[in-house]
Amino acid sequence: MKVAVTITLKKDVLDPQGKVVLHTLQNMGMKTLSNIRQGKYFEIEIEETNQEIVKKDVDSMCKKLLANLIIEDYKIDII
Amino acid sequence: MRSTVIVFPGSNCDRDIAVALKKLQFKNEMVWHKDSELPKSDLIVIPGGFSYGDYLRSGAIAAKSTILKEVIKSAERGCLILGVCNGFQILIETGLLKGALLRNKNLKFINDDVYLKVNNKNRFCKKYSNNQIIKLNIAHNEGNYFTSSDHVKNMQDQELIAFQYSNNKGDVNEDYNPNGSMANIAGILNEKKNILGMMPHPERMTDKLIVNEDGLGLFSSILN
Repeated sequence: MKVAVTITLKKDVLDPQGKVVLHTLQNMGMKTLSNIRQGKYFEIEIEETNQEIVKKDVDSMCKKLLANLIIEDYKIDII
Repeated sequence: MRSTVIVFPGSNCDRDIAVALKKLQFKNEMVWHKDSELPKSDLIVIPGGFSYGDYLRSGAIAAKSTILKEVIKSAERGCLILGVCNGFQILIETGLLKGALLRNKNLKFINDDVYLKVNNKNRFCKKYSNNQIIKLNIAHNEGNYFTSSDHVKNMQDQELIAFQYSNNKGDVNEDYNPNGSMANIAGILNEKKNILGMMPHPERMTDKLIVNEDGLGLFSSILN
Protein backbone atom coordinates (compact mmCIF):
# COMPACT_ATOMS: atom_id res chain seq x y z
CA MET A 1 0.00 0.00 0.00
CA LYS A 2 1.20 3.53 -0.77
CA VAL A 3 0.85 6.33 1.72
CA ALA A 4 1.50 10.06 1.41
CA VAL A 5 2.65 12.04 4.44
CA THR A 6 2.64 15.82 4.38
CA ILE A 7 4.45 17.73 7.10
CA THR A 8 4.02 21.45 7.64
CA LEU A 9 5.04 23.90 10.32
CA LYS A 10 2.33 24.54 12.91
CA LYS A 11 0.25 27.68 12.38
CA ASP A 12 1.92 29.70 15.14
CA VAL A 13 5.47 28.81 14.03
CA LEU A 14 7.10 31.36 11.72
CA ASP A 15 7.77 29.88 8.28
CA PRO A 16 10.35 32.20 6.70
CA GLN A 17 10.78 30.04 3.59
CA GLY A 18 7.03 30.08 2.94
CA LYS A 19 7.05 33.87 3.42
CA VAL A 20 9.83 34.38 0.88
CA VAL A 21 8.04 32.20 -1.69
CA LEU A 22 4.79 34.09 -0.99
CA HIS A 23 6.41 37.51 -1.50
CA THR A 24 8.18 36.36 -4.66
CA LEU A 25 4.96 35.06 -6.21
CA GLN A 26 3.14 38.26 -5.19
CA ASN A 27 5.90 40.30 -6.85
CA MET A 28 5.46 38.16 -9.95
CA GLY A 29 1.89 39.41 -10.15
CA MET A 30 -0.15 36.74 -8.34
CA LYS A 31 -2.34 39.36 -6.72
CA THR A 32 -4.96 37.02 -5.23
CA LEU A 33 -2.36 35.02 -3.31
CA SER A 34 -2.81 35.51 0.43
CA ASN A 35 -0.66 32.88 2.18
CA ILE A 36 1.83 30.03 1.63
CA ARG A 37 3.14 27.46 4.11
CA GLN A 38 6.07 25.36 2.91
CA GLY A 39 6.34 21.74 4.01
CA LYS A 40 7.77 18.28 3.36
CA TYR A 41 6.22 15.37 1.48
CA PHE A 42 6.97 11.65 1.86
CA GLU A 43 5.73 8.78 -0.27
CA ILE A 44 5.84 5.59 1.75
CA GLU A 45 5.33 2.04 0.49
CA ILE A 46 4.28 -0.64 2.97
CA GLU A 47 3.77 -4.35 2.37
CA GLU A 48 0.46 -4.50 4.19
CA THR A 49 -3.07 -4.30 2.86
CA ASN A 50 -5.05 -3.55 6.00
CA GLN A 51 -5.66 0.23 5.98
CA GLU A 52 -6.07 0.46 9.73
CA ILE A 53 -2.70 -1.20 10.38
CA VAL A 54 -0.98 0.92 7.71
CA LYS A 55 -2.38 4.15 9.17
CA LYS A 56 -1.30 3.12 12.65
CA ASP A 57 2.24 2.26 11.49
CA VAL A 58 2.67 5.48 9.52
CA ASP A 59 1.29 7.47 12.44
CA SER A 60 3.96 5.96 14.65
CA MET A 61 6.65 6.77 12.02
CA CYS A 62 5.51 10.40 12.03
CA LYS A 63 5.52 10.63 15.80
CA LYS A 64 8.87 8.90 16.27
CA LEU A 65 10.93 10.42 13.47
CA LEU A 66 9.35 12.11 10.48
CA ALA A 67 7.77 15.06 12.29
CA ASN A 68 8.90 17.18 15.22
CA LEU A 69 5.60 17.57 17.04
CA ILE A 70 6.72 20.71 18.87
CA ILE A 71 6.82 22.67 15.63
CA GLU A 72 5.21 20.50 12.94
CA ASP A 73 1.82 19.00 12.02
CA TYR A 74 1.43 15.96 9.79
CA LYS A 75 -1.29 14.59 7.54
CA ILE A 76 -1.55 10.96 6.35
CA ASP A 77 -3.32 10.01 3.09
CA ILE A 78 -3.62 6.54 1.60
CA ILE A 79 -2.94 6.86 -2.16
CA MET B 1 38.23 14.16 34.90
CA ARG B 2 37.15 11.79 32.12
CA SER B 3 35.42 13.05 29.03
CA THR B 4 33.98 11.44 25.92
CA VAL B 5 33.37 13.10 22.56
CA ILE B 6 30.82 11.42 20.29
CA VAL B 7 31.71 11.38 16.58
CA PHE B 8 29.11 11.14 13.78
CA PRO B 9 29.59 11.10 10.03
CA GLY B 10 29.62 14.84 9.36
CA SER B 11 30.88 15.99 12.78
CA ASN B 12 33.50 18.69 12.18
CA CYS B 13 34.14 20.24 15.60
CA ASP B 14 34.97 16.98 17.37
CA ARG B 15 38.74 17.45 17.19
CA ASP B 16 38.54 21.10 18.24
CA ILE B 17 36.59 20.06 21.34
CA ALA B 18 39.14 17.31 22.04
CA VAL B 19 42.01 19.83 21.80
CA ALA B 20 40.22 22.14 24.26
CA LEU B 21 39.51 19.29 26.68
CA LYS B 22 43.09 18.03 26.56
CA LYS B 23 44.39 21.56 27.16
CA LEU B 24 42.53 21.44 30.47
CA GLN B 25 43.87 17.97 31.31
CA PHE B 26 40.64 16.03 30.72
CA LYS B 27 41.30 12.37 29.93
CA ASN B 28 39.40 12.32 26.68
CA GLU B 29 38.18 9.52 24.43
CA MET B 30 36.51 9.75 21.05
CA VAL B 31 33.55 7.38 20.50
CA TRP B 32 32.07 6.48 17.11
CA HIS B 33 28.27 6.75 16.79
CA LYS B 34 27.87 3.05 15.97
CA ASP B 35 29.46 1.96 19.25
CA SER B 36 27.06 0.60 21.80
CA GLU B 37 29.13 1.23 24.91
CA LEU B 38 30.40 4.42 26.46
CA PRO B 39 33.67 4.55 28.40
CA LYS B 40 33.30 5.74 32.01
CA SER B 41 32.88 9.48 31.71
CA ASP B 42 32.11 12.48 33.87
CA LEU B 43 31.35 14.57 30.79
CA ILE B 44 29.95 13.58 27.39
CA VAL B 45 30.26 16.10 24.57
CA ILE B 46 28.17 16.04 21.41
CA PRO B 47 30.15 18.24 19.04
CA GLY B 48 29.17 20.56 16.22
CA GLY B 49 29.05 19.71 12.55
CA PHE B 50 26.49 18.46 10.09
CA SER B 51 25.68 14.94 11.26
CA TYR B 52 24.07 12.93 8.46
CA GLY B 53 24.15 16.01 6.25
CA ASP B 54 21.31 17.59 8.27
CA TYR B 55 18.88 15.22 6.49
CA LEU B 56 15.22 15.38 7.58
CA ARG B 57 15.89 17.95 10.35
CA SER B 58 19.25 18.96 11.86
CA GLY B 59 20.14 16.36 14.46
CA ALA B 60 17.07 14.16 13.85
CA ILE B 61 18.93 11.13 12.48
CA ALA B 62 21.85 11.34 14.91
CA ALA B 63 19.36 11.45 17.80
CA LYS B 64 18.29 7.89 16.87
CA SER B 65 21.84 6.47 16.65
CA THR B 66 23.03 3.53 18.75
CA ILE B 67 25.37 5.54 20.96
CA LEU B 68 22.71 8.16 21.72
CA LYS B 69 20.67 5.52 23.56
CA GLU B 70 23.63 5.18 25.92
CA VAL B 71 24.07 8.95 26.16
CA ILE B 72 20.41 9.28 27.18
CA LYS B 73 20.88 6.63 29.90
CA SER B 74 24.00 8.43 31.20
CA ALA B 75 22.17 11.77 31.14
CA GLU B 76 19.34 10.29 33.21
CA ARG B 77 21.91 9.04 35.73
CA GLY B 78 23.20 12.61 36.08
CA CYS B 79 26.32 12.55 33.89
CA LEU B 80 27.25 16.01 32.55
CA ILE B 81 26.29 16.40 28.89
CA LEU B 82 27.39 19.28 26.67
CA GLY B 83 25.94 19.73 23.18
CA VAL B 84 27.45 22.44 20.99
CA CYS B 85 25.76 23.70 17.81
CA ASN B 86 24.72 20.51 15.96
CA GLY B 87 25.18 18.81 19.36
CA PHE B 88 22.51 21.15 20.78
CA GLN B 89 20.24 20.28 17.84
CA ILE B 90 20.78 16.57 18.55
CA LEU B 91 19.97 17.00 22.27
CA ILE B 92 16.77 18.82 21.28
CA GLU B 93 15.81 15.98 18.93
CA THR B 94 16.35 13.36 21.65
CA GLY B 95 14.01 15.29 23.93
CA LEU B 96 16.71 15.69 26.62
CA LEU B 97 16.29 19.42 26.12
CA LYS B 98 12.89 20.93 25.39
CA GLY B 99 11.96 23.16 22.45
CA ALA B 100 13.03 23.23 18.82
CA LEU B 101 15.73 24.89 16.72
CA LEU B 102 14.27 26.43 13.59
CA ARG B 103 15.98 27.87 10.56
CA ASN B 104 17.58 31.27 11.20
CA LYS B 105 15.02 34.04 10.78
CA ASN B 106 16.93 35.63 7.88
CA LEU B 107 17.29 32.20 6.16
CA LYS B 108 21.06 32.63 6.04
CA PHE B 109 23.89 30.57 7.46
CA ILE B 110 25.48 32.86 10.07
CA ASN B 111 29.17 32.72 10.88
CA ASP B 112 30.02 35.52 13.29
CA ASP B 113 31.65 36.33 16.60
CA VAL B 114 28.89 37.46 18.96
CA TYR B 115 28.59 38.77 22.51
CA LEU B 116 26.81 36.61 25.06
CA LYS B 117 25.51 37.32 28.54
CA VAL B 118 26.26 34.47 30.94
CA ASN B 119 24.11 33.18 33.79
CA ASN B 120 26.72 31.51 36.01
CA LYS B 121 24.36 29.66 38.37
CA ASN B 122 25.12 26.24 36.96
CA ARG B 123 27.85 23.64 36.80
CA PHE B 124 28.99 24.66 33.31
CA CYS B 125 29.42 28.40 33.87
CA LYS B 126 30.42 28.88 37.51
CA LYS B 127 33.92 30.16 36.64
CA TYR B 128 32.37 33.10 34.84
CA SER B 129 30.94 35.95 36.91
CA ASN B 130 27.18 36.32 36.77
CA ASN B 131 26.04 38.44 33.78
CA GLN B 132 29.60 38.42 32.43
CA ILE B 133 29.81 39.32 28.75
CA ILE B 134 31.88 36.96 26.65
CA LYS B 135 32.54 36.72 22.93
CA LEU B 136 32.14 33.39 21.14
CA ASN B 137 31.78 32.29 17.54
CA ILE B 138 28.49 31.10 16.08
CA ALA B 139 28.26 29.19 12.79
CA HIS B 140 24.84 27.74 12.06
CA ASN B 141 21.80 27.67 9.81
CA GLU B 142 19.27 26.37 12.37
CA GLY B 143 19.81 28.19 15.66
CA ASN B 144 16.50 29.99 16.03
CA TYR B 145 15.33 28.57 19.37
CA PHE B 146 11.57 28.13 19.64
CA THR B 147 9.37 26.98 22.50
CA SER B 148 6.18 28.02 24.31
CA SER B 149 6.22 31.34 26.15
CA ASP B 150 5.33 29.45 29.37
CA HIS B 151 8.47 27.36 28.95
CA VAL B 152 10.61 30.48 28.47
CA LYS B 153 9.16 31.94 31.68
CA ASN B 154 9.82 28.67 33.50
CA MET B 155 13.42 28.65 32.31
CA GLN B 156 13.87 32.28 33.39
CA ASP B 157 12.44 31.50 36.86
CA GLN B 158 14.65 28.45 37.31
CA GLU B 159 17.72 30.15 35.77
CA LEU B 160 17.99 27.57 33.01
CA ILE B 161 18.98 30.06 30.31
CA ALA B 162 22.78 29.90 30.45
CA PHE B 163 23.60 32.18 27.49
CA GLN B 164 21.72 35.01 25.76
CA TYR B 165 22.81 36.97 22.70
CA SER B 166 23.59 40.56 23.75
CA ASN B 167 25.79 43.54 22.91
CA ASN B 168 29.12 44.26 24.62
CA LYS B 169 27.30 46.09 27.43
CA GLY B 170 24.96 43.19 28.18
CA ASP B 171 21.80 44.65 26.63
CA VAL B 172 19.60 41.78 25.51
CA ASN B 173 17.11 42.75 22.81
CA GLU B 174 16.07 42.16 19.19
CA ASP B 175 18.88 44.38 17.86
CA TYR B 176 21.44 41.89 19.13
CA ASN B 177 19.59 38.73 18.18
CA PRO B 178 21.37 37.14 15.21
CA ASN B 179 18.95 34.32 14.40
CA GLY B 180 15.47 35.18 15.74
CA SER B 181 15.81 33.00 18.84
CA MET B 182 13.09 33.47 21.51
CA ALA B 183 14.33 35.65 24.41
CA ASN B 184 17.72 35.85 22.61
CA ILE B 185 18.41 32.32 23.83
CA ALA B 186 21.83 30.95 22.83
CA GLY B 187 22.12 28.13 25.39
CA ILE B 188 19.84 26.32 27.82
CA LEU B 189 19.99 23.73 30.60
CA ASN B 190 17.61 20.95 31.55
CA GLU B 191 15.81 21.18 34.91
CA LYS B 192 18.45 19.10 36.71
CA LYS B 193 21.11 21.38 35.20
CA ASN B 194 23.34 18.48 34.13
CA ILE B 195 22.70 19.00 30.40
CA LEU B 196 23.74 22.15 28.52
CA GLY B 197 22.92 22.79 24.87
CA MET B 198 24.35 25.88 23.18
CA MET B 199 24.68 27.22 19.65
CA PRO B 200 27.95 29.20 20.18
CA HIS B 201 31.27 27.35 20.03
CA PRO B 202 33.30 27.63 23.26
CA GLU B 203 35.98 25.31 21.84
CA ARG B 204 36.85 27.88 19.17
CA MET B 205 37.78 30.48 21.80
CA THR B 206 40.30 28.69 23.93
CA ASP B 207 43.53 30.21 22.63
CA LYS B 208 44.63 33.85 22.47
CA LEU B 209 46.64 33.03 19.37
CA ILE B 210 43.40 32.36 17.51
CA VAL B 211 40.99 34.97 18.93
CA ASN B 212 40.44 34.98 22.66
CA GLU B 213 40.06 32.63 25.62
CA ASP B 214 36.43 33.37 26.49
CA GLY B 215 35.45 29.73 25.99
CA LEU B 216 37.97 28.43 28.54
CA GLY B 217 35.73 29.40 31.49
CA LEU B 218 33.18 26.80 30.43
CA PHE B 219 35.65 23.93 30.33
CA SER B 220 37.34 24.99 33.57
CA SER B 221 33.92 25.28 35.26
CA ILE B 222 33.18 21.68 34.35
CA LEU B 223 36.60 20.60 35.58
CA ASN B 224 36.22 21.96 39.09
